[in-house]
Amino acid sequence: MTADPSPSPRPAQKKKKAATRKAAKTAFDPRIVVFACNWCSYAGADTAGVSRIQHQPHFRMIRVMCSGRIQPAFVLRAFEKGADGVLVSGCHFGDCHYIFGNERAVEQFEKTMNVVKLLGIEEGRLRLEWISAAEGARFAEVIDEFTDQVRVLGPSPFATSDAIEEIEVPETETETGKGMEA
Amino acid sequence: MQQLVRDTNAWACYDCGKCTATCPVARVGGSLSPRRHVLSANLGEETDPGRDDTLFTCLTCGLCESRCPAEVSYTGLVRRLREAAFDAKIEPECPHGGALQSVMRMMAKGGTQQDRLGWLTEDLKTDPKEGEVFLWTGCTGYYDAFFPEFDMKTVEGTKATVRILNHLGITPVVSPEERCCGHDLLWNGDRQSFDALARHNVELVRSSEAWMVVTPCAECARTWKIDYEPYFEGRIPQVVHLTELLEERFDDLRLKANGMNRVTYQDPCRLCRHMGVHDAPRKVLEAIPGIELEEMKSNRHGAACCAGGTWGNCDRFAKRIQIDRLREARATEAEVLVTACPKCQIHFRCAMKDPNFGSEISIEMLDVAEVVASALV
Repeated sequence: MTADPSPSPRPAQKKKKAATRKAAKTAFDPRIVVFACNWCSYAGADTAGVSRIQHQPHFRMIRVMCSGRIQPAFVLRAFEKGADGVLVSGCHFGDCHYIFGNERAVEQFEKTMNVVKLLGIEEGRLRLEWISAAEGARFAEVIDEFTDQVRVLGPSPFATSDAIEEIEVPETETETGKGMEA
Repeated sequence: MQQLVRDTNAWACYDCGKCTATCPVARVGGSLSPRRHVLSANLGEETDPGRDDTLFTCLTCGLCESRCPAEVSYTGLVRRLREAAFDAKIEPECPHGGALQSVMRMMAKGGTQQDRLGWLTEDLKTDPKEGEVFLWTGCTGYYDAFFPEFDMKTVEGTKATVRILNHLGITPVVSPEERCCGHDLLWNGDRQSFDALARHNVELVRSSEAWMVVTPCAECARTWKIDYEPYFEGRIPQVVHLTELLEERFDDLRLKANGMNRVTYQDPCRLCRHMGVHDAPRKVLEAIPGIELEEMKSNRHGAACCAGGTWGNCDRFAKRIQIDRLREARATEAEVLVTACPKCQIHFRCAMKDPNFGSEISIEMLDVAEVVASALV
């Protein structure tokens, strides 16, 4: 699928402030679900926020204890509910808090990727990244890159306005957008 | 509720309790009681699925129905109660985290070009659009992608089906536009998504101008034959399971020995009880030179099922049923356990992974299509 130059079919975003920002104004704002492990990637996101590293705010973060927990059902559910992209992240190999959790994550991810490909969802909508707690800059970089990539792919074929509402997370928990809000 | 009681013949129940006595889940200790559900329906009580979790432990295998002297449609009752539960936003705890349900719902939404025919090789003669016979392949490709750990290829059954059809001089329509038949969503109460899938699929077959739909999957066969009927306008194509077609075209089959000697056959619940097809696969298997079909202790209408149809439930009772069934299979001393539904294969293979029983219950499993295809001249 090529870039969709037409204006976003999405309803008005709740975060109007963020939406009016320059970076977000280009084509459409994708909805990205980020699964992050408690020990590395989530802390990495925190580092990005604390260090005030600018990155695009169009993602919702779901913290899990270990990336090994992220089974195909989680990712597929996100796509079913209209996510435009899903990022799975965990500790670097050898750094897993549970020793081998991220190896499980790879197995699960490969399985998920195969199903996603069969379904005809573009491969670019799903990504696996290892981000440690110290890599705030890398987190911001990955998010920016992935957001741009998904933006080029356009809205997910499964995205409908009512489904999007279902993946809306409460305002109080959207602390991951702090890079932009700070 | 009154309508439901009339539709499912529940009012005819005379409380004999045969249903609960034969229920495979109740037999291994589950608290599911078909009789209680029928009774409370008759009393006009709304089954509250939020509190009565046994509603989702029913395998809908239909064993109770086949024994019921009053012909109460318990599976029909369960399905309607589940639909009501779904409407009340009570969803069962699906195995595999509901991943397969997500896949089906995405197919129901549509909008993507699936890559589902990766298995189709050059030597298989098919037509992507039009033809006389439509081969409904089912979701075997997805299952193989989802269960790499079982070291199995359910898609081989689908390939074998094409080979058999080619052998019979049929070039089937195999469409990349095919979507899940919706069987599992329907049985888990999601009528809306099923509706979308049914409309799409019926239209697909209608536009192919096929007069017959053949499928190697027992669940697809049931759905096409029974649940899709109201969706057809005008001419309804003949729907057959592969084994039914083989029985019909028995004289055209030229079979040779394929090296198998002793096999046993697992009746998929959809095929044997929901559709009443049990002799056709047996006839075909026995026709292969050298093959001797040894029946398991429970067979035909009384056969225990794989306890995993509809991706609706997987619990310790399901495991128990699978293990008991595999023991029966091993007791026949057969080399191969043949079945006619990909889900039987998946669930039995999963049970064989149990480290406590592994070697005691493991047995080679094949789809009936694979067995027949390997015996084609």
